[in-house]
Amino acid sequence: MQNPWMYVGLFVLVGLLIPVAAIAIGAILGPKKPNAIKQSTYECGIETVGDNWVQFKAQYYIFALVFLVFDVETVFLFPWAVSLNKLPLFAVFEGIIFILILLAGLVYAWKKGMLEWV
Amino acid sequence: MEFWKDPINTIFASMMESFTSGGMSDVLARVLIYLIGILLFVTFAMVLDIFLVWIERKVVARFQDRLGPNRIGPFGIFQPFADIVKLLIKEDITPVGADVVMFNLAPIFSMMSVLLLWAIMPFAPNMFGVDLNVGMLYLVAAGSIGTLSVIMAGWASNNKYALLGAFRTVAQMVSYEIPMVAALLVVTLLAGTMGAVGIVGAQEGVSFFWLSPLAFLIFLISAIAELGRSPFDLNEAESEIVAGFHTEYTGMKFGLFYAGELLHSFTFGGFIALLFFGGHRLFGLENLFPTPIWGALIFIGKAIFFYWVIMWIKYTVPRIRVDHMLAFNWKFLTPLAFILLMVTALVGRLFLESAWLVPALFISNILLAWLTVEYLKSHARKEREKEEASKQSATLAEQH
Amino acid sequence: MKILFLIFAAITLGSAFMVVTTKKMIHAAFWLITTLFGVAALYALLNAGFMAMVQIVVYVGAIAILFIFAIMLTRKEMLDSAAPLNKNWGIAALFSLLSFAGLYTLLRNWTGFSNEAPELAAGVDTITELGTALVTPDAYLLPFEVASVLLLAALIGAVYVANDAKNQQEAEK
Repeated sequence: MQNPWMYVGLFVLVGLLIPVAAIAIGAILGPKKPNAIKQSTYECGIETVGDNWVQFKAQYYIFALVFLVFDVETVFLFPWAVSLNKLPLFAVFEGIIFILILLAGLVYAWKKGMLEWV
Repeated sequence: MEFWKDPINTIFASMMESFTSGGMSDVLARVLIYLIGILLFVTFAMVLDIFLVWIERKVVARFQDRLGPNRIGPFGIFQPFADIVKLLIKEDITPVGADVVMFNLAPIFSMMSVLLLWAIMPFAPNMFGVDLNVGMLYLVAAGSIGTLSVIMAGWASNNKYALLGAFRTVAQMVSYEIPMVAALLVVTLLAGTMGAVGIVGAQEGVSFFWLSPLAFLIFLISAIAELGRSPFDLNEAESEIVAGFHTEYTGMKFGLFYAGELLHSFTFGGFIALLFFGGHRLFGLENLFPTPIWGALIFIGKAIFFYWVIMWIKYTVPRIRVDHMLAFNWKFLTPLAFILLMVTALVGRLFLESAWLVPALFISNILLAWLTVEYLKSHARKEREKEEASKQSATLAEQH
Repeated sequence: MKILFLIFAAITLGSAFMVVTTKKMIHAAFWLITTLFGVAALYALLNAGFMAMVQIVVYVGAIAILFIFAIMLTRKEMLDSAAPLNKNWGIAALFSLLSFAGLYTLLRNWTGFSNEAPELAAGVDTITELGTALVTPDAYLLPFEVASVLLLAALIGAVYVANDAKNQQEAEK
């Protein structure tokens, strides 16, 4: 196999095709009798109150930020983990230092109360 | 006999020959054969999915002391077909104010993100889609497409509950991705490769469950959170936000979300089997018949077993609160997962190629778990004492 | 292969164009995600699987989510429909064309452009090579550890800014 990603690309194609086909069949077979009440936004059986946009907690954003930092970190750690058994012992400590520096960041965020849901 | 030893490659070679003998170019023939293979493969996944709906309904009924579907066919086995017919002939409603394109794309991406995982699933030796050398990262990447589909559905529905559900789900999915990736890192470390086939191969002697039971637990918990199943079903939370991000979906689009969730659970069951329980191996039983099809059947059996375990947890444990969910991840699971990663790296490297590798890793895991439990106990005791002391001083102040 | 490259390059450029011209903020974010997927596909075409996956995991899985969160948190109207272009777009287009022409002439004279990458030796796992390079002292050990410090700095910065905003919100109450 020259490029394994060719297979993945074809898989994406088929993976898109099958759900599209399912929705298309559903759209053909199902009845189509739209009316205003049926299409109104659901809100526990009453008319919708106010804007459909609700204020979100900024907390979500902070968790996403912390996640981003750790996500980038794990990407660096994957090649390290793959080649670890072929490397000398000090490579282990390099990885451990890398993780410890980031755990220090997590502890800092924790102590500053950023991980609290208020 | 050649066919039974290596069915996929035998079929591939014979098809390749018949295609190219007609003067077709090599690349085109390859693409066509792949397409046919993938179509069959995905169809198999979808048929299995239909079967999973039946298992789910039957098992939940038993957990709740009911009979479950039992009218259509023996044991109600044809019930999901009736379900599909019902979903197909339902009206497809798009609410006003919805973003039509993204509203329709979301269920498609949701299903695709699950199907993509099947590309790297190694059912048995010589029976897998493709062996990527970045397999574990591929698993994470497919998961992020799933996250994206949730946020698309929530935003495009133009509904408060859908948006709230989407935000909760995304916060949960991204948070629990971290301990899950750390558990995957432990497995990568032990196997020395990220490819799924390589990881199964590395478990020739001992399953990774015995090398790192803690990593298995962390992976199981974070997988359940990724799936959004109870106790982490905050995304749906019927009593709070109607149905979460798919509140406004009807008919087959809802069906795709639902089927995607079930297939996702099964797929994660399969990943637990391949990461921690040796894939197609079962105490030497896999050598009973010299064909990988038998191994694939064992693998599917294992996957269904872990699917059942996930269901067991789902129907036993009540829902967790949103702040507890995030605190549990960031203050407990993530630090624990990274400490486990460091311990495994150190112990695994020190005892490399020694006979003591397995016991040393197992004991270090147990020790770490014990220390964690002891720490939690003492922490809880301190908290309780503090609370009692403050209560006492409050009552004293009242008396004075 | 060349046709595939052209298709993915067209997708990448087309969606990048949509990012700057589309009216709704959130649509721009999703077009940006399409662009990022296109770049990942280009990496995959080059058989650089690790880069492709990192592109999706980090950019689509984390940064794009962060963008969408930011848009939803800060924009009062999610159907924000301000004009994406202001009246200086002509000058901006001129300058970007000029810088494109400059880069093009520079790269045309660069030998690296026409060099063929050497074939990988059989049986070499690129990920293992990458991992070894990351922790070998005379290769990329220092950047590897500095990356961790950089991430720590980013986290501390985020915590600081968020704390500031939180205190401000509380003071307003």
